[in-house]
Amino acid sequence: MMKTLTLSTALVVTASFAFAQENPAPSREGGFGLGRTALPEEIAAWDIDIRPDGQGLPVGSGDVYTGEELYIDYCSACHGDFGEAVGRWPVLAGGFGTLDDEDPHKTIGSYWPYLSTVWDYVHRAMPYGAAQSLEDDEVYAIVAYLMYLNNMVDDDFELSNENFLEMAMPNEDAFFMDDRAATELTVFAGEPCMENCAESIEITARATVLNVTPESEEEATATPEATPAAAAAEVVETAAAEPEAPAGPDPELVAAGEGLWRQCASCHQIGEGATNRTGPMLNNTYGAPVGSHEGFRYSPAFAEANAAGMVWDDETLTAYLLDPRGFIPGNRMAFRGLRSEEDAAAMIAYIRAEGGDAE
Amino acid sequence: MTDSPKFTQSRRQFLAGAAVATGAAATGKFAHAQAAGPDPAITQMQPWQQYLGAGVDAAPYGVPSPHEAHVVRRNVEWLTADTVSSVNFTPLHELEGIITPNGLCFERHHSGVAEIDPGQHRLMINGLVDNPLVFTMEDLMRFPRENRTYFLECAANTGMEWRGSQLNGVQFTHGMIHNVVYTGVPLRLILEEAGVRTNGSWILPEGADASGMTRSIPMEKALDDCMVATHMNGERLRPEQGYPLRLVVPGWEGNMWVKWLRRIEVGDAPWHHREETSKYTDLLADGQARRFTWEMDAKSVITNPSPQAPILHGPGPTVLTGVAWSGRGTIPRVDVTLDGGINWHRARMSGPSFDKSMHRFYFEFDWDGRPLLLQSRAHDSTGYVQPTKDQLREVRGLNSIYHNNGIQTWAINERGEAENVEVG
Repeated sequence: MMKTLTLSTALVVTASFAFAQENPAPSREGGFGLGRTALPEEIAAWDIDIRPDGQGLPVGSGDVYTGEELYIDYCSACHGDFGEAVGRWPVLAGGFGTLDDEDPHKTIGSYWPYLSTVWDYVHRAMPYGAAQSLEDDEVYAIVAYLMYLNNMVDDDFELSNENFLEMAMPNEDAFFMDDRAATELTVFAGEPCMENCAESIEITARATVLNVTPESEEEATATPEATPAAAAAEVVETAAAEPEAPAGPDPELVAAGEGLWRQCASCHQIGEGATNRTGPMLNNTYGAPVGSHEGFRYSPAFAEANAAGMVWDDETLTAYLLDPRGFIPGNRMAFRGLRSEEDAAAMIAYIRAEGGDAE
Repeated sequence: MTDSPKFTQSRRQFLAGAAVATGAAATGKFAHAQAAGPDPAITQMQPWQQYLGAGVDAAPYGVPSPHEAHVVRRNVEWLTADTVSSVNFTPLHELEGIITPNGLCFERHHSGVAEIDPGQHRLMINGLVDNPLVFTMEDLMRFPRENRTYFLECAANTGMEWRGSQLNGVQFTHGMIHNVVYTGVPLRLILEEAGVRTNGSWILPEGADASGMTRSIPMEKALDDCMVATHMNGERLRPEQGYPLRLVVPGWEGNMWVKWLRRIEVGDAPWHHREETSKYTDLLADGQARRFTWEMDAKSVITNPSPQAPILHGPGPTVLTGVAWSGRGTIPRVDVTLDGGINWHRARMSGPSFDKSMHRFYFEFDWDGRPLLLQSRAHDSTGYVQPTKDQLREVRGLNSIYHNNGIQTWAINERGEAENVEVG
């Protein structure tokens, strides 16, 4: 009896192995009863997508003038004052009539088929590093300004959910469904030539002409020739060196601050080569007057604090980091604030360790 | 290459030729090299031979040998504005077989790597369903699950080469691809659980990261072979690959495989979001643009030799290898040429052959030290044959970014060094 059972089990196992790749996971009549019903407020919190037919579009409005102010504050650091872009960030305006050129400029105005895409994307993912921090009316205003930058509307235009669907984009009709099945799949098929397929073959282009490939780091990182004895000595040395306490800011605090810095990094830069982005760069900040970095457009609230002689020290920085909007009302930082005084101390330690001290 | 003779795999003929050229004695048998003196790697006691190595817990998760420290993903700095919304590349020339190690799977993020506590992660199904649902990760692990091997290729892979050869390294020209065994729940089961209404013809998967990544996918594909994956190559997804949950869309462009998947909305029309209008549409020469170009066309590339993997051994037995894949099926055949396409040879396929997965091919030959122009040409199970770059340009012009699956050429010089070139 036992023997028979074992044998049949073995047969079943063999069969299931044979069909492992093809055997689909089973459905179940009436479902599995897993998960729970989503509450209406949960769906409302996450269901933010907008479609070309207006589905999902919230009630609201915003004008070009308001949009310009918001755009300069939140967008221009990457996209330039007029949508012309900084560095390799996307160009947002212009490019009309270039799509069949050698150098096409694909912008919102010249390429994007639907305005709803702009609304959805600005609301969903912008400003870069502070996603979904804009109010609906602010999104309408920024979209209105982007339309103005693309010569679609005049400077007194106001965009709202009511006139949204009347706004056609210039390039809407230039898109067509994937037709590779007809134009390529049948063309690139059949038995190809295998012998004497050409009389001669010449090199027509070389990558070395451009010389854009990153240099190899192999020599710097890999040391196959290094003797194992040397590597072993290094391990011993590292272990022996550990207990010595280094001077300077508490490394644990700095390390904690480094973890928290992620929240700041998309808007602020610090350290060598730091530049102003959506927020000012933070080198030489600790001990300096509030709002004193050159070349950054501070909010009126920061200009006032600067005029009043406020200086960044432990006290002001802690208060600001814990409640940015409450401590300096009317400023533009989108961040809600750190959770605790310990976090603020860690952040200050990190900023100072990275070059935040004023000279 | 006008003087390039027809290639032959016959070792005897090769040796006969070599004998004439060099006057060396051709005995009909390969003479093995003779050492000039005793090899210290043999005659001297090595430290690892004598002293104890590390104990079992020295690397509780495990790391590659320090001698393999150069085998890493790499970024091309000038490609993108910063390293947060950016891409790095799989070192294809350092890999074998068909499975990409998780730590080497190329990364593409739009707002950086979301670090998500799986206890706080939720998957919501809403829209045109009978019962909008919320799942925890624990809920999802109670559904029946499957294991499937698929390649994931960015539609922009090789996109830098539309106007000509540009980057000297297979890692950079073709490294936006990886091939992984996914474990996950068929999306069909989750959609059945919520009850898709009869007018539900599209889905919109959405990511939980700060880019809120979205793509429109037709319901037919969603019900066919899409899955929500929790594991890759046996371990939990890596954070940079969407931990704790990602969508798997077999054979279709990588951008659709939404990482950090938190929501799937069912609708009756596509959404035309940023990634399927501004990006991932193919601008043709006349200014018109193809949209919804989802499938990845059949493609192959020789990974070794290649610019990052030159022939260092000199003339003699040489192993050429590479990978091939198709978003429409399997790869029953790959052809390779050593003379830029004058004569082709069938490569040897090796290892498992799965639908919409990478396939490994080899071609062994005796290199005679002559310059070579190497190419590979994939045939997929639909009968499609990988085109040349010029054939693609004839149809699509030069303004495309995506879906460049044209045949790649590496020029090998007398020293065995390789370079990215184009031929005609």
